[in-house]
Amino acid sequence: MGKQGIYPGPSGGEGGYDVAVIGAGPAGLAVACAAREAGAQRVLVIERNTEPGGILPQCIHNGFGLRIFDSDLTGPEYAMRWIARAEALDVEILLDTMVLTMDGAGRLTATNGRQGLIDIEARAIVAGMGCRERPLGALAIPGARPAGVYTAGTAQRLVNMDGYMPGERTVILGSGDIGMIMARRMTLEGAQVVAMVEALPYIGGLRRNLVQCVRDFGIPLYLSTTIVEVRGRERVEAVVIADVDPDAHSGPGGRLPTKAGSERELACDTLLLSVGLIPENELSRMAGVALDPLTGGPLVDERLQTNVPGVFAAGNVLHVYDLVDDVTESALRAGRYAAEYTGPDEAPSSTVAVRAGENVRHVVPQRLHADMAEAHIQFRARTPIEAPTRAIVRIDDQVVATRRLRYARPSEMVTVPLGPEVRPRLADAREVSVHLLSVEEEDTKRG
Amino acid sequence: MAEHQEFICVTCPMGCAIQAVIEDGELKEIEGEACRRGIDWVRQELSDPRRMLTTTVQVEGGVLPLVPVRSRDALPKDEILPVAALLRHVVLQAPVKEGQIVVADVLSTGVDIIASRDLDANEERGLGHPDV
Repeated sequence: MGKQGIYPGPSGGEGGYDVAVIGAGPAGLAVACAAREAGAQRVLVIERNTEPGGILPQCIHNGFGLRIFDSDLTGPEYAMRWIARAEALDVEILLDTMVLTMDGAGRLTATNGRQGLIDIEARAIVAGMGCRERPLGALAIPGARPAGVYTAGTAQRLVNMDGYMPGERTVILGSGDIGMIMARRMTLEGAQVVAMVEALPYIGGLRRNLVQCVRDFGIPLYLSTTIVEVRGRERVEAVVIADVDPDAHSGPGGRLPTKAGSERELACDTLLLSVGLIPENELSRMAGVALDPLTGGPLVDERLQTNVPGVFAAGNVLHVYDLVDDVTESALRAGRYAAEYTGPDEAPSSTVAVRAGENVRHVVPQRLHADMAEAHIQFRARTPIEAPTRAIVRIDDQVVATRRLRYARPSEMVTVPLGPEVRPRLADAREVSVHLLSVEEEDTKRG
Repeated sequence: MAEHQEFICVTCPMGCAIQAVIEDGELKEIEGEACRRGIDWVRQELSDPRRMLTTTVQVEGGVLPLVPVRSRDALPKDEILPVAALLRHVVLQAPVKEGQIVVADVLSTGVDIIASRDLDANEERGLGHPDV
């Protein structure tokens, strides 16, 4: 994708880069473009794959770019637009190159087959490593480990880029967007999707995907149901599903409790897992970046800067987004802030912690500078509210921003912007907190 | 006879749940749509339901064995599986350009199938490839 091979590598010994970005996915490309546009002279993106675009080239479905480009694009088309933009802005992209180490002082080491080991120095570094899929091992499902078990994203890569079908009769565990999109994909390629199984009482992905990927093809969806056993020796032969018992305690090894006697067998040769994404922060840890156990991503301030000065984070490495348009928007901000970063001597101002309050699972950023210019508070509901809901940001006991929502669902991130008008209140605040309350519930509380 | 029906609009990620009252195939009342496109969606679903199709076709001599393709516009819903089946037998020659017509007027639907990325021919592999 794009003009492969024309990218110059880092021409070391010239004083380094203004901004170096790890990963040329949607986040990294937007970071690099924004950094150039904000005045950074030399911007480098380091990508381990042989083409830029990250996960986008395998996401062949449409639904990308509705907000950013006002067009309904496929993943590859969305990637091509950003690659073209990065090229036009003279961003350097170093492909087929793996970053091995990141320290907390603007130094990276990377390697590829042409240059061997490469030292890269940059005033600001932006982490754009994206996320990885939660594997079967994390689920504590008993049974054999036969061939035929894939994460949904791996199956997506096999089907859409490598030209392999993982199997002919598939069960999908989890109802995240990738799982639903793969349900459609396998059906279009002539395979049978036996069922989609979701442990929660609601789907994990967007409702539009429930319609156009699952219902349109008559694929059975079992909610509040999980897989309790994988059967088969050499190859998956069946899975055993059972109803989740919400009242019981979890079983051995953190297994979901299920109702005795509800077990039934589904014959299949393939099991796809769409059970969550985890921000990929191995390099961040190496540089001493502190992580949020709730998001799995770095703890950042409103400029998306981590606790390590000059190290920023953008996209799914920070917290897992639902939509690429949201990744791009946050990455554009990170790129601008990274370009504006002048060095470790930047005068630090005091910060106030941001806390996930009522019915909020986690929130980014986790702290605000008292002298901040703007912030985009992004968070997810803990449980769904299928009724008009108010998102509320408080500084101590004072409400400083609200946003009315038609509903609040864990699968859909909420953003509330804050402007410089909150500065006077931040000056000696104890905390900022974020809440999601149904409008009805809120009125009752107000009495 | 008035009939109540729920639709989920797929036009954007909001996925509005729309309650509609339908009489003799005509939309009489509608509730739950966040914007005008929700009304258009329900009308379209009632008269001529359509969906975008995205899939892949095989490529000979390319840096990858497949290239992603899409319908330029939405296809009649009932044509999605037949068109997908047809495209499983199409083979292109590399290089492929984004927007290139793969099958014109597929199955006489009036809709073209187009490539959704550039794909270089194998010998055009540059520095990006590990074998170089």
